[in-house]
Amino acid sequence: MNDRPTTNRRATKRGRSRLHAILQVVLDRTEPAVEWLIQLCGWSAILLVFGIFFFVFREALPMLSGKLNLTEFFTSLEWRPTAEPVPHYGILALLVGTISVTGLAMLMAVPLGLGAAVYISEFSSGRMREILKVLIELLAAIPSVVWGFIGYMVLGPIIIRLTGAPVGVNLLNGSIILALMSVPIIVSVGEDALKAVPDSYREAALSLGASRWEIVYRVLFPAAKNGLLAAVLLGVGRAIGETMAVLMATGHAIQIPHSLVDPIRTLTATIAAELGEAVQGEPHYRVLFVIGLVVFVLTFIVNLTADLVVKGIRNERAV
Amino acid sequence: MNEPFDTKSSENQYKLRGEPTVPLDDRELFTATSVERRKQVTEKIAWFVCLFATLVLIVPMMAILTYLLVQAWPALSFSFLVENPHNYMTAGGIWAPLVGTFWLVWISLLIAAPVGVLAGVYLNEYARDNWCTRIINLAVVNLAGVPSIIHALFGVGAFVMFAGMGRSLLAASCTLAVMTLPVIITSTREALAAVPRAFREACWNLGASRWQTIRTIVLPNSISGILTGVILQVSRAAGETAPILFTGAVFFSTLPEHGIQAFFPYGLGDRCMALSMHLFTLSTQVRGVTPALQYGTAVVLIGLVLSVNSLSIGLRVYLRSRKKW
Repeated sequence: MNDRPTTNRRATKRGRSRLHAILQVVLDRTEPAVEWLIQLCGWSAILLVFGIFFFVFREALPMLSGKLNLTEFFTSLEWRPTAEPVPHYGILALLVGTISVTGLAMLMAVPLGLGAAVYISEFSSGRMREILKVLIELLAAIPSVVWGFIGYMVLGPIIIRLTGAPVGVNLLNGSIILALMSVPIIVSVGEDALKAVPDSYREAALSLGASRWEIVYRVLFPAAKNGLLAAVLLGVGRAIGETMAVLMATGHAIQIPHSLVDPIRTLTATIAAELGEAVQGEPHYRVLFVIGLVVFVLTFIVNLTADLVVKGIRNERAV
Repeated sequence: MNEPFDTKSSENQYKLRGEPTVPLDDRELFTATSVERRKQVTEKIAWFVCLFATLVLIVPMMAILTYLLVQAWPALSFSFLVENPHNYMTAGGIWAPLVGTFWLVWISLLIAAPVGVLAGVYLNEYARDNWCTRIINLAVVNLAGVPSIIHALFGVGAFVMFAGMGRSLLAASCTLAVMTLPVIITSTREALAAVPRAFREACWNLGASRWQTIRTIVLPNSISGILTGVILQVSRAAGETAPILFTGAVFFSTLPEHGIQAFFPYGLGDRCMALSMHLFTLSTQVRGVTPALQYGTAVVLIGLVLSVNSLSIGLRVYLRSRKKW
């Protein structure tokens, strides 16, 4: 009675180990193929970045080659893509919308983000630090459509009550939402930058009698300034490209804002709002891809600068 | 204590060095000078400002999440989850969008996870430190920074039009996969880099090839770190709206609510509803939806994303606690 299960188990074990051995041999034989596959996957990121540029460019090309007046495109306030008989494609108002909402958001997000990064990295410790980091991470996890919903349903009425503005979805609303969305990346990258400063710097400052704030202000900020700059740039990059939240929270009026509570519209929101209606292959549809190209180039420049700034620190450290 | 003790005046400094005429008892030695007092005040203010910045981020978030939950409470029930939306989406539940999101995430995961993990393996195990690798790294960083709406345009241009998939579940999943790829690559690489080099060297010394080492030593030792990144990808893909808006998500479609068909309703070429897009539709496109329904959808979406995310964070904490090296 006692033997049977044991033998059974042995038998299955032997069977499995034989299978396992065969599998190992097969995997060993296929090593060249696997290495080739791994290399291909490694290159996928480059392929995709070029692919993204290529396919967006491909759809935009018929418009770019002559049909679109680029001077009008960048300097006109008129965005009337469906007007008859002559549609107007001017993105100046949209560009100003994107820049103003991003700028205002950064005005709020940068002090808050850097303050929180300093608090988490230098003023808190142990369990408290872990909890704060997790909470900031959860802030980053909330999807953009939910942020848009919060702006539309919760923040909008609050803004109407506080400022007496006619509509709650406007520049202020959009930038508060954008600030909350881009703060987590500023905090986490900024905290990493502060953490990367060697402890010997802190110890040297401490031995000279510096207080914690003096260490932060006189030692850490100068030492980590590149990393902090990169953190801010990454936040800007995220804010420029954000779509659903600004689509829902900024109010859809194509105009240059004159006050904080004017509704505006951004480049990204325009694409998201109109791509569904535009007929495939028509000029309107292609112009939206041109706008996409503008957004892509803008964020690419910001992200590339952030990356180069970070590389800059690493090289300095290495020396 | 005849005269006030002041470190600033040179007279006192001199006296301190020579014969102290002022009796220096303990109390005076440990009394803060004005400089030190100012320093303490600045320190307090700085501490308070930084704490304030942190709380400004966290407290409103908590308040808003609580508010959403309170508003959604009347709608939340089991039947809310397993019923289709009906009456032009003004009543019913969220079954169809929930299943749609589930399939979108799974298919995108099936595409992105193998490619991402292998790319991470390449970057950490094979790539030499040359210009080519540097370009790949740059590409990964920039791919992570590409805005979601550009991914949407890419999806339309590449998958929907060029590859001829049309607006479909497959095209939307591919778009999501491209979007989440850099997250998986980066986290895989970090997980692999955490495996000590000595492990690999020991394995090579036994005569194992590179691929054998990776397969039997490196991957098993880093699998949990890789999983953390993959789970994080799931939560990100589940919440995204813009990339699926024009590549495969549909405004409205009903599903069977019962039987096996309720779980496998779509072919790869079909269009599906998605939870994130459903929230967008409910709150801006449809008139006459009760707020409870909107808040309910938002809360389910947040709940889904945050629970997947906490799973990933929990896994990471657990791993760090039992790491052996």
